[in-house]
Amino acid sequence: MERGAAAITVIRPPAAFEAIDVGELVRYRDLLYFLVWRDIKVLYAQTVLGFAWAILNPLIQIAIFTVIFGRIARIDTDGIPYILFVTVAIVPWTYMSEAMTASSQSLVTEQNMLGKVYFPRLIYPLTPVLAKLVDFVIALLLVGGVLVYYGVSPGWNLLWLPVFVLWMAAIPAGVGLWLSALAIRFRDVKFAMPFVIRMLLYTAPILYSASALPEQYRLVYSLNPLVGVIEGMRAALLGLPIPWEYVLPGAGTALLLLIGGAVYFRKMERVFVDVI
Amino acid sequence: MNSAPIAVRAEGVSKVYRIGLKEQAHDSLAGAVLDLVTSPVRNYRKYRALYRFKELERADPESAPSTPDTIWALRNVSFELRQGEVLGIVGRNGAGKSTLLKILTRITPPTRGRIEIHGRVSSLLEVGTGFHRELTGRENVYLNGTILGMSKKEVDRKFDEIVEFAGVEKFLDTPVKRYSSGMSVRLAFAVAAHLEPEILIVDEVLAVGDAAFQKKCIRKMQDVGRSGRTILFVSHNMPAVKMLCTRAILLDEGRLVMDGTPHDVVSAYMTSDVGVPAERVWEDPALAPGRRVAKLRAIRVIRRDGAVAPAVDIRDDVGLQLEYDVKEPGHILMPQFYVYNDEGLLLFASYEQQNAWAQRPRPEGRYVSTAWIPGNLLSAGMFYVSCALLSRSTGVSQFYEQQAVAFLVTDNMGEGTARGDWAGSYRGVVRPLLPWVTEHAESSRKLHSA
Repeated sequence: MERGAAAITVIRPPAAFEAIDVGELVRYRDLLYFLVWRDIKVLYAQTVLGFAWAILNPLIQIAIFTVIFGRIARIDTDGIPYILFVTVAIVPWTYMSEAMTASSQSLVTEQNMLGKVYFPRLIYPLTPVLAKLVDFVIALLLVGGVLVYYGVSPGWNLLWLPVFVLWMAAIPAGVGLWLSALAIRFRDVKFAMPFVIRMLLYTAPILYSASALPEQYRLVYSLNPLVGVIEGMRAALLGLPIPWEYVLPGAGTALLLLIGGAVYFRKMERVFVDVI
Repeated sequence: MNSAPIAVRAEGVSKVYRIGLKEQAHDSLAGAVLDLVTSPVRNYRKYRALYRFKELERADPESAPSTPDTIWALRNVSFELRQGEVLGIVGRNGAGKSTLLKILTRITPPTRGRIEIHGRVSSLLEVGTGFHRELTGRENVYLNGTILGMSKKEVDRKFDEIVEFAGVEKFLDTPVKRYSSGMSVRLAFAVAAHLEPEILIVDEVLAVGDAAFQKKCIRKMQDVGRSGRTILFVSHNMPAVKMLCTRAILLDEGRLVMDGTPHDVVSAYMTSDVGVPAERVWEDPALAPGRRVAKLRAIRVIRRDGAVAPAVDIRDDVGLQLEYDVKEPGHILMPQFYVYNDEGLLLFASYEQQNAWAQRPRPEGRYVSTAWIPGNLLSAGMFYVSCALLSRSTGVSQFYEQQAVAFLVTDNMGEGTARGDWAGSYRGVVRPLLPWVTEHAESSRKLHSA
């Protein structure tokens, strides 16, 4: 920071609606970087397998689901081998569920820091959303391996992947903003989270295909933002046509979730510290 | 008049906290069960109520009363601070000092008012925030530095200096969990000390560490003060305030009651009845603190003649007196006192142990127990007294009143004190008048000839 003409900070009671101070967030970008990096580094501290867990975790889930839903229940996957079908969904799902859980608890876990030092509070829920991306990128190796094994090429469709990754990160960010602010107020969030996660797993087309649903429910079903991400990512990785009828409604919901979360978070921010 | 540029300008700063209503205790099983069933509804109301501020924001901070679930921690505090000033903030516990610091460091927003801060603020109360045990010393310097508001570039630039100051060069790539506590405190302090803020906030109460570390904080403060930066210093240590500060303010119950030279403010603080009385009486037995066996009815500080004594001469004995009702006979009871100085340091504890009642089960009735602190033992200053009554066999405390009464010991520079004819400042948490013996063991002539 520059010396001399010292910057003036004005401290005043927060207004009913506070816009996000983007300039301030930019000034604190180095902090965000180090906090993300701390989360990554500390996550596998003192483990034998280290980052291998980022692959093992989805791998074990894939194995279980393939046996149960692919072999025993024989779910219809539009002719795609089940392992292939479920792998491209489990990897983003693992990211989203972990990022959501960590983000919603971020303020409660860091309450010690919250009460001792000021920096933009948005950094707390955003940190795990970014940190968990590392696991996701590692787990993409698994996806690559499965694609090669089945000889599937995504082709030009792969260009859509970054779009869906961005969207995939927006969902835990939105949920995290809502729930972290809520968790400070009602600690019940922590206990409700496992059920929410399980419900999301079964309502999203991870273990089954979205096309298994009757036509007339499609629009309502697609409002779940997870549907679009999972179906879109599946299409992008397997080289199938992008199913816009699932993707677009969910994109709208995701955007609303994110904006609403930011507004709610800013509204609650004023009293966080006083009620922890 | 000081014409340096403004560093801090606070205008009408007020802060109200919602603390939530107390839980009701139930003494019947049915009540407890009913309580359990209805608790989700009650809890929801309670936690939601913590967020309701609208009516409070409209209230007048000057006169709005603190209710059972709200506390006005600051009321209309205004002051201006110019660059290079060292401001002492004085007041007893709960006067609003910590709240003021929290608002200045932006940890919590004010309910009313406005503060303008010219330059970067950092505080020594944040020492070590965000340190992670699993990370190495090097990593923690970067993490902690950025948490305190530095950019990565700034940390890069000061890194070597920080490491040298902390003296941990050899352990830079060792996880902090393997550091001794002294090492990690040094490292944390080194980061905070190299922030070079325009405005530094020092809260002595929250400063962790041993005496040596505290000294380091003070020395750092003096360095910073000399370099023309602005400091806000919160302390219960009156000599330190007088020595370090160029100005002081006195807070009492959230109000700024005095703004002046450190000398004037400190003496006003020391001589005022700062809210804790020398006597407290519970007229209504229903409101008196206590449990089944005994209830506290009064606690007071007295002189030898029995008069209540808010202030006593340093040479006089001070009596601490408890008045209590024993309602259930057959218990051996131990009345006890704890005496604290104005820094919150427990000077001593004392319980009744020399007379017959110390061993004997007590019949019902009113009791008055007095403990005498001899003259020429305490130093000059404010002292706070906590009292308790314990059942000897079960160890259950019948009542425990923290810092219930206070008294001032004054040093009137009279004769017959430890001070003698020395007129300068006199240090020490106690000031006993000790018998001194000096013997002339050998004359110098003999020494030379030996």
